[in-house]
Amino acid sequence: MTVSKRIVLHFPPRLVDKAIVSKLVKDYGLDFNIIKASVTPGEEGLLVMELTGEQRNYDKGLKYLTDTGVKIQSLSQDVVRNEARCTHCGACITMCPSGAFSLETGTRKVLFENSKCVVCELCIKACPPRAMELYF
Amino acid sequence: MTKTIAEINEKIKKGQAVVVTAEEIIGIAKKKGISQAAKEVDVVTTGTFGPMCSSGAYFNVGHTKPRIKLGGGKVYLNDVPAYTGLAAVDFFLGATALPDDDPKNRVFPGEFKYGGGHVIEELLAGKDIRLIATAYGTDCYPKRKLETLIRLADMNEAVLFNIRNAYQNYAVAVNSGERILYTYMGVVKPRFGNANYSTSGQLSPLLNDPHYKTIGVGTRIFLGGGVGYVAWQGTQHNPNVPRTENGVPKRAAGTLAVIGDLKQMKPQWLVGTSFLGYGCTLTVGIGVPIPILSEETLRYTTVTDADIYAPVIDYATAYPQRLPDVLAEVSYSELKSGKIKLQDKEIPTASLSSYHKALEIANILKDWINKGDFLLTEAVTPLPDIESGIKLKALEERPILE
Repeated sequence: MTVSKRIVLHFPPRLVDKAIVSKLVKDYGLDFNIIKASVTPGEEGLLVMELTGEQRNYDKGLKYLTDTGVKIQSLSQDVVRNEARCTHCGACITMCPSGAFSLETGTRKVLFENSKCVVCELCIKACPPRAMELYF
Repeated sequence: MTKTIAEINEKIKKGQAVVVTAEEIIGIAKKKGISQAAKEVDVVTTGTFGPMCSSGAYFNVGHTKPRIKLGGGKVYLNDVPAYTGLAAVDFFLGATALPDDDPKNRVFPGEFKYGGGHVIEELLAGKDIRLIATAYGTDCYPKRKLETLIRLADMNEAVLFNIRNAYQNYAVAVNSGERILYTYMGVVKPRFGNANYSTSGQLSPLLNDPHYKTIGVGTRIFLGGGVGYVAWQGTQHNPNVPRTENGVPKRAAGTLAVIGDLKQMKPQWLVGTSFLGYGCTLTVGIGVPIPILSEETLRYTTVTDADIYAPVIDYATAYPQRLPDVLAEVSYSELKSGKIKLQDKEIPTASLSSYHKALEIANILKDWINKGDFLLTEAVTPLPDIESGIKLKALEERPILE
């Protein structure tokens, strides 16, 4: 069975300059799509990517990452909508490059689908009541 | 068929008034016809919930011991400056006021995380606010410095007084340029990347009464979750714009100045808001009841999104340079479909005003009237219409010669 998941990888400073992700392709036959990559001032590496492959290989690949010291977080927890602050205006809809926001027909409520979010953060400052929050 | 507001109020008191929202009336009139609908329906409720910058509140905070003359001094609420050119302990806080040390757009685009609108929201949430003031001291007001916590309940008066709200129609912002624009119409993407609009269309108060037949000075309204009143026409009130055959303005036209006791309002209906690269403001909830006095007043309330047109304005050139150019006119049903067509290009649309919340306001107001808690008022005087001859003036600068 093939799986495709978006994950956030935190690389400790000692691993930032090591070739790690390439092993996922070479040794575990996984496909990856890098959504975002950065190095923080504390020299921690952050990589947001979509990882695709056979479930068996996917699990092995993730175990390899954990064994090298990479911390793994699932992506869906990262950008969160503060439901109490959202006014359902819809300013976010055209800001989002991945179509994570949509309008519910009839009620015209703004829906947010975490699974489509690529953590580009464009919605965060563009949201007038600042209802979109980032958690890493 | 004609009804009076007094007759409608009698029905409201007896729990017999028929109240529907400006969305519901469209279907009712279609099914029953204008004349029958006008007989059966007594009140149509409207709503809007959007950022409205000419908003603010005035306060009287009571006298300290010894007394201090804040008037002519400096007052800060959570570091946001208030206007003090009033008597000893009165001041006004505007929604767009920013702390003196906010970097504003020096680091572009500025974030504008906290301003006057946010202070108003926090006061409504019952929070303690830091009131810090300095004064010059007089024989009768010797105190020169004040640093205290204060909350809404501690104040004598707290009154929301917005000098321009509820715009009757508004522009659609697009960007023909090559760089992203940070505007009061939100983030507008280059090369016509998006189109931002901001009214509740068929639910909007003044679009349901385009010639101000019922909405006037003294009209009781839903304001910020409580009860308020129309105080006057808003600033820039401009009835003389192109209109459709049914009287609906095709440009930004009428506006309302509104007032109400802040203490009975709610933070979810007065929300501190930040526009990236532009500034702070307050998102205001307003609902206006329209009494169905005649077939004419009813016909106006049956306006649909397809009947209301907004001008598409280029915020890269025309808007900042005050050019009159309008790229196109698009209907709210097109805008609400999620995309508009402009010069053969499809542009995704987004709204800055919340239709979802506007509908909730229209329903809350309907509920208040149904329960008999909210009676309608007769306008003391109407808002100026076309025959007023009002012409919106631009500021033509003249050099100051000493």
